[in-house]
Amino acid sequence: MEEYTILRQFADSWMLLVLFAFFVGIVIWVFRPGASKEYKDTANIPFRHEDAPAPLGGEESAAPHGGDKPATSKEARQ
Amino acid sequence: MSNYIKLIVLGLIAIFAAIGTNYARDLAYQVHAILVMLIAGGLFIWTLRNTDEPDILVDRSAEYMDDVIRYGVIATAFWGVVGFLAGTFIAFQLAFPVLNFEWAQGYLNFGRLRPLHTSAVIFAFGGNALIATSFYVVQRTSAARLWGGNLAWFVFWGYQLFIVLAATGYVLGGTQSKEYAEPEWYVDLWLTIVWVAYLAVYLGTIVKRKEPHIYVANWFYLAFIVTVAMLHLVNNMTVPVSIWGSKSVIVWSGVQDAMIQWWYGHNAVGFFLTAGFLGMMYYFIPKQAERPVFSYKLSIIHFWALIFLYIWAGPHHLHYTALPDWASTLGMVFSIILWMPSWGGMINGLMTLSGAWDKLRTDPVIRMMVISVGFYGMSTFEGPMMSIRAVNSLSHYTDWTIGHVHSGALGWNGMITFGALYFLVPVLWKRERLYSLQMVSWHFWLATIGIVLYAASMWVTGIMEGLMWREVDANGFLVNSFADTVAAKFPMYVVRALGGVMFVAGAVIMCYNLWMTVRKAPAKEASLTVAVPAE
Repeated sequence: MEEYTILRQFADSWMLLVLFAFFVGIVIWVFRPGASKEYKDTANIPFRHEDAPAPLGGEESAAPHGGDKPATSKEARQ
Repeated sequence: MSNYIKLIVLGLIAIFAAIGTNYARDLAYQVHAILVMLIAGGLFIWTLRNTDEPDILVDRSAEYMDDVIRYGVIATAFWGVVGFLAGTFIAFQLAFPVLNFEWAQGYLNFGRLRPLHTSAVIFAFGGNALIATSFYVVQRTSAARLWGGNLAWFVFWGYQLFIVLAATGYVLGGTQSKEYAEPEWYVDLWLTIVWVAYLAVYLGTIVKRKEPHIYVANWFYLAFIVTVAMLHLVNNMTVPVSIWGSKSVIVWSGVQDAMIQWWYGHNAVGFFLTAGFLGMMYYFIPKQAERPVFSYKLSIIHFWALIFLYIWAGPHHLHYTALPDWASTLGMVFSIILWMPSWGGMINGLMTLSGAWDKLRTDPVIRMMVISVGFYGMSTFEGPMMSIRAVNSLSHYTDWTIGHVHSGALGWNGMITFGALYFLVPVLWKRERLYSLQMVSWHFWLATIGIVLYAASMWVTGIMEGLMWREVDANGFLVNSFADTVAAKFPMYVVRALGGVMFVAGAVIMCYNLWMTVRKAPAKEASLTVAVPAE
C-alpha cells in the first residue's frame, strides 16, 4: 500500500479511537468522586501568593492573601 | 567566564552582519544586517565594560520578577497604539486611495502596510500582552519566581527585535507572502530561538512551582506556547536562496502548501489569539471580580475540547479550491463543533460574575473584561457560521471576513488586554488604584462604539459585495464589474475608518491614564517595601 493510504487508514481507525477515548476519559476523570473538593482549592490559587513567592522552607509564616488558607507547598502536597 | 562566551558570540554575529551588509542582495536584508550589526556591536561593548567587574549577587528568590513584566506592559501599550494607528491609516487608504502617496510608492502603500498592521496588532500588541501576562500569571499561580534569571529579559528584548525586523522587512519588501507568517527565513530562525527560551522560562517556572496543581490559566498559556512553536516550524520550512539575501523558497508546494498555510493561519487564531487570551481570561476575570472561576470542571473540559477541535478547523479557509472536498468538509464540521467549547468557555467567564453582577455598574474594568468575553462569544458564533460552505460561498473574499476578524481581535483580544493592563499597572507599580475610572469608562465606550461601527459597516459592505459579485442577468452574464463593487463600498469604508479612529482614541486615553497612574496615583504605602518574611 502507498504511504497515503496507510496513514489515512490509521488515522480513520485507531488514531480516531485513541483521541476519542482520551477525550471521553478526561470528561469522566473530571467528574470523579472527590473532584469538587480538590477543584475548589485549585480554583482559589489566584488568591494566594499575590505579592511574593511561597517561602522556601514551606513554613506557615507567609501571610495569607485573601485565600482560605496559606497553602504552603509541603502541607498541600501530602 | 560566561561573559567571554557572550563576547565571542556577539563579536561573531557583529562581524557576520557586517559582511552581510556588504554582500546583501536586497534592501531589506541590508537594513537588517546593519541593524543586527549595530545591536550586536553595542551589546559587545556593553558586555565588555561589565566584564571582570565584581559580581554583586543579591538573592531575589523571595520576590517575583516583575521588572520584565513592567517593560512588557509598556511595550504592549506602545505597540497597541502603533498597530491601531497603522490599521486606521490603511482603512483611510482604502476609502481614499490618494493616501497611497506617490512619493512613498513601494514602501507605504496599502499592500506594504497591511501586513505591518496585522503583525503589529497580533504579534507586537497581542504577543507582548501574552508574554507579559503569562509571566505575571505563572509566577502568581506557581508561587515561584520566574525560572532562568535573565533569560526572561532575553525573551522580552529578543521578541522586540523580532517585531522590528518583521515590521521593517515588510515595508522594504522582505516577505514570504504567507498570511500572518510573512517574516523571512532569518527572522523566523531568530523567533524560534526566542520562543524556545520563552518555553524554557515558562516550563521552568511551572516545574519549580510551590502549588501542587497547575492552575488552568497556565494550561492555556502552555498550549499557546507549544502549539505556536509547532505551527511556526512547519509553516516556515524554507530554503534560503542565498545566505546574503532575504528571499527563500518554501519546501511545500501547491495545495499542500496552501493547506499547511491555513492550518497555520487558523491555529494562529486558535492558539495565539484564543488559547493564550483564554489564559488571561481565566486569571484576570476571577481576580478583578474577586471570586474564583465559575466552574473549574468546565474549565478543564473547555481546555481539552478546545485544543482537540481547533487544530482541525483550518481547511474552512480553502472552500471551493483545489483542496479535496473531504478535507474542507472536515474543517467545516470541526469548526461547527467548536461552537460548544467556545461557548462553554464564554459561559464560564461570564458566570464567574454570578453574585457580583453589581460590579458591572461600578467597575469599568470588569465591564471591559465582560464585554470582551461577550465579543468572544459573538465572533465564535459568527466564525463557525461563516465556515459552512454555503455561507462561505457568499462571505469568502468579501469584507465580511475582515469584519469578523476585527470583532474578534478588537473586541475579544483588545478588550481583555485593556482589562488586564488596567489591572496590572496599579499592581506592578504599587499604586492604590487607577488614576481615573472615568477615563476607563471613556475608553470603554469609545472602543465599544468603534467596534460596533467597524463590524456593522463590514457586514453591510461584505454581504453587499458578495451579492453583487454573484448577480447575473437573464442571459447569465455578470451584472457588476469589480470596480462597481469598489465604488459602492465607499460610504462603509469611511464608517469603518471612523470606527478605527474611535478605537485608537480610546487606546490613547488608556495610555494617558496608565501613565498618570504611575505618576500621580497614591502609592500603596504598605507594599512599597517588599515584605520578606524573617527566616
